[in-house]
Amino acid sequence: MPKGLVIVDKERCKGCGLCIEACPFGVLDFSSEYNASGYRVVHMAHPEKCTGCAVCANVCPDVALEIYREESSVRGAA
Amino acid sequence: MSVEVAVPKGYTRVFSKPRALSDAGFTYCPGCHHGIITRLVAEAIDELGILERTVGIAPVGCAVFLDRFFNCDFVQAAHGRACAVATGIKRARPDLVVFTYQGDGDLAAIGTAETVHAANRGENITVIFVNNGIYGMTGGEMAPTTLPGQRTTTTPAGREPRLHGYPLKISEMLAQLDGPAYITRQAVFDHPHIVKAKRAILKAFRNQLDGKGFSLVEILSTCPTNWRMSPAEAGRWVAEEVTEVFPLGDLKDVG
Ligand SMILES: Cc1ncc(C[n+]2csc(CCOP(=O)(O)OP(=O)(O)O)c2C)c(N)n1
Ligand code: SF4
Ligand code: SF4
Ligand code: SF4
Repeated sequence: MPKGLVIVDKERCKGCGLCIEACPFGVLDFSSEYNASGYRVVHMAHPEKCTGCAVCANVCPDVALEIYREESSVRGAA
Repeated sequence: MSVEVAVPKGYTRVFSKPRALSDAGFTYCPGCHHGIITRLVAEAIDELGILERTVGIAPVGCAVFLDRFFNCDFVQAAHGRACAVATGIKRARPDLVVFTYQGDGDLAAIGTAETVHAANRGENITVIFVNNGIYGMTGGEMAPTTLPGQRTTTTPAGREPRLHGYPLKISEMLAQLDGPAYITRQAVFDHPHIVKAKRAILKAFRNQLDGKGFSLVEILSTCPTNWRMSPAEAGRWVAEEVTEVFPLGDLKDVG
């Protein structure tokens, strides 16, 4: 089970790519999907590498990302 | 629009949209740093637990629709007059938390007088100053904060200081006054700077709660659309070029 999980609000995402560039582990990339506004949305291209660090969500200008962390790793970090 | 996502089994939610934001999507262009700054303000309101007694003053500019994005009360001021409107509300209702959110065209051009005098009076308000060096909403004209040599629609050959003036360092000017409690310049072009900017915004709100007086957080922002850059290029341009003219850090802090 990956340590982190990113859920993309596809209608909020504007495909700016800032999260892709900011992720330290190369987890994110553009998907082949376009949203109702015509933006190409991101997805987890390599979900197994995600640590749930939330750097991507912090740089996202459209509050399109929700981050989840695997419970044992949250306790470990606290 | 946005739907409540069920927490996946075995996971804990560690980041989600602040409560102070509504479900309305931002109207900013893709990759514009306005969106990061708007969210940081909402996070600060959440963390201080002041949503029910906060009033924002929206500017004229790309942030004109802030009232749609936030779940607190908002007044949309005439261009540049946000600090004057904030002064009135705060003096009439000192129990409210009052902040302005203004671009550089709004705060440092047409609204210079209102800004300077509110700061000089030491009004107990919080000012979020989004400096992207250009008039974003109207199509990319030169602002007082435009860098020397920077091309805009009104300086197609680049800003020539002897003809168009030098970049106006409004935060440095305000820091010379006796009135303000806190003047700082921050940026949001990467994760560490976003974390720092958030801390500064929190402090600017806390100062108001503690009755310390006028607190202004200038945040260097981007306008990828009118700078004609990709969002990533625009961020790098702030980091490499804009910070040379507008250095980051605290300019005044009475503690
Ligand atoms: C009294 C008045 N003068 C001029 C305008 C046109 N106008 C709208 S937005 C704007 C400048 C916005 O630039 P800035 O404050 O830097 O905000 P940004 O859009 O870049 O976020 C101007 C001049 C106006 N709406 N009202
Ligand atoms: S949470 Fe961290 S590791 Fe996971 S995608 Fe976002 S930036 Fe990458
Ligand atoms: S930073 Fe946000 S808006 Fe931009 S591509 Fe990533 S999720 Fe989409
Ligand atoms: S015009 Fe510029 S400042 Fe305005 S939303 Fe678009 S990118 Fe941002």
